[in-house]
Amino acid sequence: MLTPTLPETKPIKLSVRDMAFSYGPKKILDGLSMDIHAERVTAIIGPSGCGKSTFLKCFNRIHEVAADVDVSGDIQIDGVDIYRGGIDVVDLRRRVGMVFQKPNPFPKSIYENVAFGPRLFGVKDRETLDGIVEDALRKAALWDEVKDRLKESASGMSGGQQQRLCIARALAVNPEVLLMDEPCSALDPIATSKIEDLISELKESLTIVIVTHNMQQAARVSDYTAFFWLGRLVEMDLTERIFTTPKVQMTEDYITGRFG
Amino acid sequence: MRQFDTELKELREGIMAMAGVAEEMLELTIQALAEPSQAKADQVNHLDRRMDEWELKLDQQCIDLLALRNPAASDLRRIASSLKIIPELERIGDHCCNIARRVGMVHPPILAGNDLERLGTETRSMVRRAVDAFVGNDAALAHAVILSDDSVDALYGKLYRDLLRSMLADPLCIERASHLILVIKNWERIADQATNIAEEVLFILEGRSAKHPYLRGDSVE
Repeated sequence: MLTPTLPETKPIKLSVRDMAFSYGPKKILDGLSMDIHAERVTAIIGPSGCGKSTFLKCFNRIHEVAADVDVSGDIQIDGVDIYRGGIDVVDLRRRVGMVFQKPNPFPKSIYENVAFGPRLFGVKDRETLDGIVEDALRKAALWDEVKDRLKESASGMSGGQQQRLCIARALAVNPEVLLMDEPCSALDPIATSKIEDLISELKESLTIVIVTHNMQQAARVSDYTAFFWLGRLVEMDLTERIFTTPKVQMTEDYITGRFG
Repeated sequence: MRQFDTELKELREGIMAMAGVAEEMLELTIQALAEPSQAKADQVNHLDRRMDEWELKLDQQCIDLLALRNPAASDLRRIASSLKIIPELERIGDHCCNIARRVGMVHPPILAGNDLERLGTETRSMVRRAVDAFVGNDAALAHAVILSDDSVDALYGKLYRDLLRSMLADPLCIERASHLILVIKNWERIADQATNIAEEVLFILEGRSAKHPYLRGDSVE
């Protein structure tokens, strides 16, 4: 593994050591070690099937909904092993939010989509809920577009708005980490640009890990880029270095489109 | 071959062709000065138009590649450096014209010995080797070009002092010597341009700027 060498002022938020992941007999990730810094955007790039999305899911144990999964190694958030006994998985998933490739709002109103999480965690007071919903929608750069139609169904929104609603829904429970799995792959360039601007704003207070197939998006939004291949980390470095002077030939071949 | 690789190859071949014109101009300039030959000086001026045409064409190729191909890593470095190498070659052409313009004003010779001719041939050699380093991806050769600049600078300094002495000794040669000072200054600038090209070659190959080593705390080799 190659790690960045510049002095980093932000603490390590997520730490992975010698991690392996299997679905039944199939090994998806192997020998993975890396550190992800707080309040930075880390992009994961690599060809399809290299384990990028699986890697993301390990941080909030969302893979556990599938059977026959085996995870080994050490994954820590703020120095605490999230796979040890006694970890509250519901609270873990509050702390580590996730946004998927395709916007997946609940078939409810805009308001209810954002209020869903806080309600789940016991917030009942209407005024408090109103405040949380407005705050989350503002942080997701959506408030001005929807403030007059909060009671309308989320399914009437554009794809880009729906994706920002999903981000607002994740933000409403005050996460510390936001995992984004190809969040713009279903969006047009204008909606993509809004999400990318949002990522830059959100990293002021969040740790963001984004999986993307769009190399230019990784270059635009991330501070660090990690290149995965066949379930292994090939190279991780400051994004500007990966895209100008990668150290490993395989990384160079991948980002210049000469892979395979 | 991928379309992008074909386009990169075309850019590289275009730069080689432009460098070929520059070398032809350098050779003609050396000959025009030595003989002296106004016809060869005129040929130098004529070739400068081709340099200008190449500059416009290759600049556009670089911009197109940046806009349409989103190059990264070594591809990005090669295109970004090409954008710097192209004007260096164009300036070499301009300096040749500046020298060629003075062919009729510097004779009969003021200086004994062959230092003036040596300044021209050493400078031409630097340009040729810098271009060879670019074409052959040869970092060692690029380093050698950068080191050669010191000997050209020393030769320029010696010729400059010789010309000053000549002017003090014989005021009648002041006009010719003044033109010769401009001639040697142009040769010295061409050597700097060759150095700049070699530095770009090192950036392409090694991924870090070879310029201003003192700012990196490196010793100047």
